[in-house]
Amino acid sequence: MNVVLSAEDISRALTRISHEILERNHGSSNLVLLGIPTRGAHLALRVAEIMANIEGTTIPCGTLDITLHRDDLRLRPPRSIMPTLIPQSGIEGKDVVLIDDVLFSGRTIRSALDALGEVGRPKTVQLAVLVDRGHRELPIKADFVGKNLPSSLDQSIRVSLTEIDGRDEVVIENRRQS
Amino acid sequence: MKHLLSIEDMNVQDAIGILDTATELSRINDGQMKKLPTLRGRTVVNLFAEDSTRTRISFEAAAKRLSADVINFSAKGSSISKGESLKDTAMTLQAIGADAVVIRHSASGAAQRLADNQWMSGAVINAGDGTHEHPSQALLDAFTIRKHLGKGSGDLQGLHVAIVGDILHSRVARSNVLLLALLGAKVTLVAPPTLLPIGIDKWPCTVSYDFDSVLPYVDAVMMLRVQQERMTELFFPNAREYSRYYGLNSERMKSLKPASLIMHPGPMNRGLEISAEVADSARSVITEQVSNGVTVRMAILYVLLAGAPLDVGSI
Amino acid sequence: MSTKYVLKSVVLPNGDKRDIAIEDGVITSISQSFTPDSHVVINTDGSRVLPGLVDLHTHLREPGREDAETVLTGSRAGAKGGFTALSAMANTSPVADTAGVVEQVYRLGQAAGYLDVFPIGAVTKGLLGESLSEIGSMADSVARVRIFSDDGNCVFDPLLMRRALEYVKKFGGVIAQHAQDPRLTIGAQMNEGEISARLGLKGWPAVAEEAIIARDVLLSDLVKSRLHICHVTTAGGVEIIRWAKQRGINVTAEVTPHHLLLTDELATTYDPVYKVNPPLRTSDDVHALREALSEGIIDIVATDHAPHPVESKECEWQEATFGMLGLETALSIVQKTMVDTKLMSWGQVADRMSFAPARIGGYVNQGQEITVGTVANLVVIDPAKNWQVDRDLTMSKATNTPYHGLTLPGVVTHTFYKGQATVIDSVVQEIGDVQ
Ligand SMILES: [Zn+2]
Repeated sequence: MNVVLSAEDISRALTRISHEILERNHGSSNLVLLGIPTRGAHLALRVAEIMANIEGTTIPCGTLDITLHRDDLRLRPPRSIMPTLIPQSGIEGKDVVLIDDVLFSGRTIRSALDALGEVGRPKTVQLAVLVDRGHRELPIKADFVGKNLPSSLDQSIRVSLTEIDGRDEVVIENRRQS
Repeated sequence: MKHLLSIEDMNVQDAIGILDTATELSRINDGQMKKLPTLRGRTVVNLFAEDSTRTRISFEAAAKRLSADVINFSAKGSSISKGESLKDTAMTLQAIGADAVVIRHSASGAAQRLADNQWMSGAVINAGDGTHEHPSQALLDAFTIRKHLGKGSGDLQGLHVAIVGDILHSRVARSNVLLLALLGAKVTLVAPPTLLPIGIDKWPCTVSYDFDSVLPYVDAVMMLRVQQERMTELFFPNAREYSRYYGLNSERMKSLKPASLIMHPGPMNRGLEISAEVADSARSVITEQVSNGVTVRMAILYVLLAGAPLDVGSI
Repeated sequence: MSTKYVLKSVVLPNGDKRDIAIEDGVITSISQSFTPDSHVVINTDGSRVLPGLVDLHTHLREPGREDAETVLTGSRAGAKGGFTALSAMANTSPVADTAGVVEQVYRLGQAAGYLDVFPIGAVTKGLLGESLSEIGSMADSVARVRIFSDDGNCVFDPLLMRRALEYVKKFGGVIAQHAQDPRLTIGAQMNEGEISARLGLKGWPAVAEEAIIARDVLLSDLVKSRLHICHVTTAGGVEIIRWAKQRGINVTAEVTPHHLLLTDELATTYDPVYKVNPPLRTSDDVHALREALSEGIIDIVATDHAPHPVESKECEWQEATFGMLGLETALSIVQKTMVDTKLMSWGQVADRMSFAPARIGGYVNQGQEITVGTVANLVVIDPAKNWQVDRDLTMSKATNTPYHGLTLPGVVTHTFYKGQATVIDSVVQEIGDVQ
């Protein structure tokens, strides 16, 4: 087990991502942040808070659950549906930033794009992730990355957040040999 | 959960899980009822050995909104009505590759028979079996009550619901008593003594013969359909007398608390158990029960079908 | 010349251990130590011998429903269960309401040769409850019918019941009543109570049985005739019979093995193998029935063996027919519920399953004390052995046993009918080959 991001690293990465998003989008006026439950939702709230401090205004922030759009439902035990909470502003014509903890195969994001399509038609969709561990199976790429963590497939990346896990850290560990 | 046969088989977590799933589904849909890809490639068979267009349409809409393939096997012209055995029908469904069978049947226990035997491997959803249970109706009723009077989540602790009418022959009443009690609500059954089963003292509810003494205290009143033929079976003297004591009319409605809901699983006998003014009044949530029915049945299909089959471990 | 047998060291109903020799159809010797000559020696050390069991309530289905059971297959099932006499219920097709039908059934029994088949005659023509059947000619036929019953239906009309009771006095007959008020049991599916309310199955109140029992003991008292109550199932029914017996009313009663063991809880499976008429009742009733059988308020055990083809049970509860198999498991169930629980001795088992039913039916050479010179109708049971019920191994044509998979005490190892071994080492013999 190896800690690859400390609490401080995470905080710094989120601050940087927040700045990058604002810069790319020329401010926050047309932005909507949507976190992918569970951890992405908390990251989105943190990014929104950082941005609010920078911009001096609240940023519309919500959650987008992708469960109903997953293509691997039949392969796993039943999962419960997490809340999808779209801010009052809606997403029509907005610059939507999807926020998740780890970018891996890209299938989650594909599902998220489908789920987003049910909600409305944004002007642009961008992707921000805390960790990009590679091994993409779909032509998907993140616009904002906290840290690139090249990893092998028999390793697993575990993101802990204070809101859920009691502390902030990202660890990389070797999977049990099976 | 592999099947939905009876509320008796459920625990609080199962019940709240379905209600919460339905809450999320209703939020996503938000009235637009767009199609979701969730059950693409799954086959749901509606096996209706007893006529019930309402329930069948509701399950059909639910399955289709989740992109499942739906096959309707309805009473008229189906092999069941021609005396084909339940076993043969089940084996046909197995051969078709049904992932779930939604069964409505006039025999109590038919759904359980289908699930207990090794005739087919799919999930069995009881859409009403004889005078036994109608679990999806109870779930949609609980969902409707929770939405209006509950915290919108969690259980129904602190609420008091009256169920009025032909309890003896009502699968809706059986399922509702069990589910509402499971969710912590207080239930009072109101009926003439002839329409209450022997052995009801063991149910998790109270019983009253006097509608007027119960009405002022309840948060929701659920009216049950009374069939005309009960009269010839000596359960009550005539429709007028039934109505006088157990019908909900505008005069009676006045004694209800202001926020109380009026419910009915349909189809209604306007003028018998419920008057037209009451059914169409502002506090009636009867049409909303119908739309909630689709959402709750989506949740049921999701919970039973979306994951890997229960006998296959996660990978 | 028939085979001679000796049962070595077998325990008699009174507890004595003896050797019993059988020759030419009768018991020829009962001694401490018998020296066999050309006898087949059967080592029955540790086993018990009882007089051949007599069933007063069997549905053999022939004529009419030979797909469910025939006199031959039912006889083999009876032999396997230790019976040497069965009473064939009248609800066949055609109904056993004429001398012709009862003689046919009687002769089929003789031809099968495994045990005595005594036909029961219908009380009313076609079991319709409207007019008396030809009771006199059935009594005078070669079948010598003494028991009359509309079983399956209740003789509901009180006047008709009174007349029937009076009519059979002429030859010392008895009316065996299936006590079920038809108006109180329209569409009924199971015992009415907590379970039926929960399952949404139409209830069958105890009073539907008790009201008829009460009425009929009073009628029996009025006309001073013999009444037999089939398959009593309720504690209340027991109380009425107790009261009637105290008053000296000439009433006898039977209980089935399944009502001594099973309860209405089993209906929660919705498996129609537990659907039976009269229905399984509550555990309170079961205890009252056991108590009553032990006291002798209920006189006998009768199987109500009711074979049905698979399709009649492999369906929804409401669609299924009533009835369950009983012949091959009866003695084991009685051991389990009455002997192993210390409610009854083996001597009492001999009474309830052989002496008393033979006496009620007036059956000759059945239900006799085991003594030298009597006809060798005997059953040997090893009470220490267990066996597992397997519906695929029944002698009966049907498979609707509610005990499938259950382990029961007491294995019937041998049955002798008129000195001939119909069962040896628990295997039913081919009677035709032996003769
Ligand atoms: Zn009977």
